[in-house]
Amino acid sequence: MEAVAEQSYSAASSSAAVQLRQGLRDGVPIGLGYFPVSFTFGLMAVSMGLPIWVAVAISITNLTSAGQFAGLELIAAGGSMVEMALTQLVVNLRYALMSLSLSQKLSREVTRPQRLLISHAITDEIFGVASARPGKLTAPYLFGLIAVPVLGWTGGTLFGAAAGGILPESVSSALGIAIYGMFIAIIVPACRSHRPVLLVTVAAVGLSCLLAQIPGISSGFSIILCALAAAGLGAKLFPIQEAEKEEQEEGL
Amino acid sequence: MEIMRVLAYVLVMAVVTYLIRMLPMALCTGRLKSRFIQSFLFYVPYAVLGAMTFPAIFSSTGSGLSAAAGCVVALALAYFGRGLLTVALCSCLTVYLAEWAMSIGLLH
Repeated sequence: MEAVAEQSYSAASSSAAVQLRQGLRDGVPIGLGYFPVSFTFGLMAVSMGLPIWVAVAISITNLTSAGQFAGLELIAAGGSMVEMALTQLVVNLRYALMSLSLSQKLSREVTRPQRLLISHAITDEIFGVASARPGKLTAPYLFGLIAVPVLGWTGGTLFGAAAGGILPESVSSALGIAIYGMFIAIIVPACRSHRPVLLVTVAAVGLSCLLAQIPGISSGFSIILCALAAAGLGAKLFPIQEAEKEEQEEGL
Repeated sequence: MEIMRVLAYVLVMAVVTYLIRMLPMALCTGRLKSRFIQSFLFYVPYAVLGAMTFPAIFSSTGSGLSAAAGCVVALALAYFGRGLLTVALCSCLTVYLAEWAMSIGLLH
């Protein structure tokens, strides 16, 4: 009995190491893409008069680009705490949708404390890569996936706040597209192999371009509207079969 | 700026953002039964990523033209099944080259 338990433990731990490594590998492009963005954030925070350690503290505790930039603006404008809370709610509400979506993809072995930790690091990019991974998500994979982006985000903030103006304009401009390139690499293959996914994506893109023309709709809010409308449409018109879903999860 | 007030802002930002992320994942530990909800959540990633990428990608670099060039390269490489890092780096390189070409007057 003990021998069996030990054997299965060692099998689980070796696959945990593999999972961790795969997560770390998948996290590298995200971390690289974060660096210039958080660099800009650090630069802006310090130019507004915030101490370096506060800029870094914001990045560690918030781990989100749009929300942090919106927060900086409100701090500068001296907005109320209620205003701050509502702004963060609207700009970041999309994470609730992503969190719910990922909750369905987590392996049963992910414990509650692990969920509490993992959920802090749900960003657009981490969500995108985690959703695209075939099969269920394990804790070691997710911790690996989270590690480099968290380092890139806080490290970039620290460098931007401390050093400022080191990256040449041409390089930071080119790095600006990295994250979108990654998104395209996730979406396009799925659109090729699954027609309903293509239609849902096209609907979301079309609506997003339309909403961008309307002033006063924040990008975070626009994403929520597009996701609700396009995914809702997809679920209504092309409800997935259980078998198809399993197959999709294998190959997604 | 008074540091205590700044820290209060940071606390509000952090708590609101964390609750948004944590509550759905912590509370929803089982499989959702409804076929509509399951289908909806299956489509959410693509809808979110699509809406996040367009039209934002066109203002992600120094000029709309270099961003469009990077976008076309990313779409083409992704269509032929290249990995995340390859697609991301090649689109960055395209943007860099396009802006270089613009700066010396080859493109405008």
